[in-house]
Amino acid sequence: MNLEIITSDLLNVATLVIMAITGLAIARIRNLFAVVMLSGIYSLMGATLYVILDAVDVAFTEAAVGAGASTVLMIGTLALTSDRENATPNTRTIKGLFVCSFIFAALIYGSLDMPLFGDPNAPAHQHVVPRYLNDSMAEIGLPNVVTSVLASYRSFDTMGETFVIFTAAIGVITLIGRSSRRRRKSGEGKPEP
Amino acid sequence: MMHRNYILRVVSKLLIPFILLFGLYVQWHGDFGPGGGFQAGVIFAAGFILYGLIYGLGTLRKALPAWVTRLVLTLGVLLYAGVGVACMLMGSKFLDFDVLANKPTDGQHMGIVLVEFGVGLTVFAGIVTIFCAFAGRAAADVNPADNITAGDAGND
Repeated sequence: MNLEIITSDLLNVATLVIMAITGLAIARIRNLFAVVMLSGIYSLMGATLYVILDAVDVAFTEAAVGAGASTVLMIGTLALTSDRENATPNTRTIKGLFVCSFIFAALIYGSLDMPLFGDPNAPAHQHVVPRYLNDSMAEIGLPNVVTSVLASYRSFDTMGETFVIFTAAIGVITLIGRSSRRRRKSGEGKPEP
Repeated sequence: MMHRNYILRVVSKLLIPFILLFGLYVQWHGDFGPGGGFQAGVIFAAGFILYGLIYGLGTLRKALPAWVTRLVLTLGVLLYAGVGVACMLMGSKFLDFDVLANKPTDGQHMGIVLVEFGVGLTVFAGIVTIFCAFAGRAAADVNPADNITAGDAGND
């Protein structure tokens, strides 16, 4: 094993450990402002992981949406509600522990059948990937295969995704944008009880 | 909002042009490097959200009124679907870009650049719209008297 592989493995493990610690902290902490900040950190670590895995475009998105926009939206939501989580009664039971351990063991058992990480003979890499990698330069002519796949081979998918964003924005306008306008028009500042 | 935070105001003023420039780079170089419409739209929107956070929602809405984001939101999906329809009108299948230019690869390149631009427009406008709706709602609850331009509704 050469130095480069060891360094990349160490980085992977370190990033995943920090993500796991952040996840545990999010589950334990009751102060929701701290939870929002931690989820931003979680997204940044995710973006780092994508950079290590050479998926720079996914990392862009994760950093801008996960760590940036959604953190801002969460803080906006906190301004509307409380920043403390209500304490839930302690409901830990032996039954719950048993169910969780069983599902954990089943998932681990299931993952043993999966191909190894980065295995070139994995079924996912044998289906249409060879055609994309070998023929896309002749058929599409772009050096970035990811863009060829997203925008040309799977153009229908991408159009659907664009419409999802469109629908989400329309939905937010209808649900939140309108009501604040109506309130301003009627001259009432307080939200409906 | 934040009238005394000189460091934030000055640094963000320096950063925002570069964020927007990087967004444009990611948009137009998506075919040669990592990136594409979605990433570009998100980065571009992040620049505007930063502006809104530092200078207030009213200032953001002055620079980018609600009707502009709504128009851009719709233009993006129309451009995407329109390229598909144009392919059909030029004698091919929906979203089959081969016929858009003389050479199939040129047609593909042109179609990809156009649909990626459509994606970028919709994603940018969508995220800015969602941010403004949330921030406008929060501002209206805190102080209903001002923030006339808050929220998405603003002026239509």
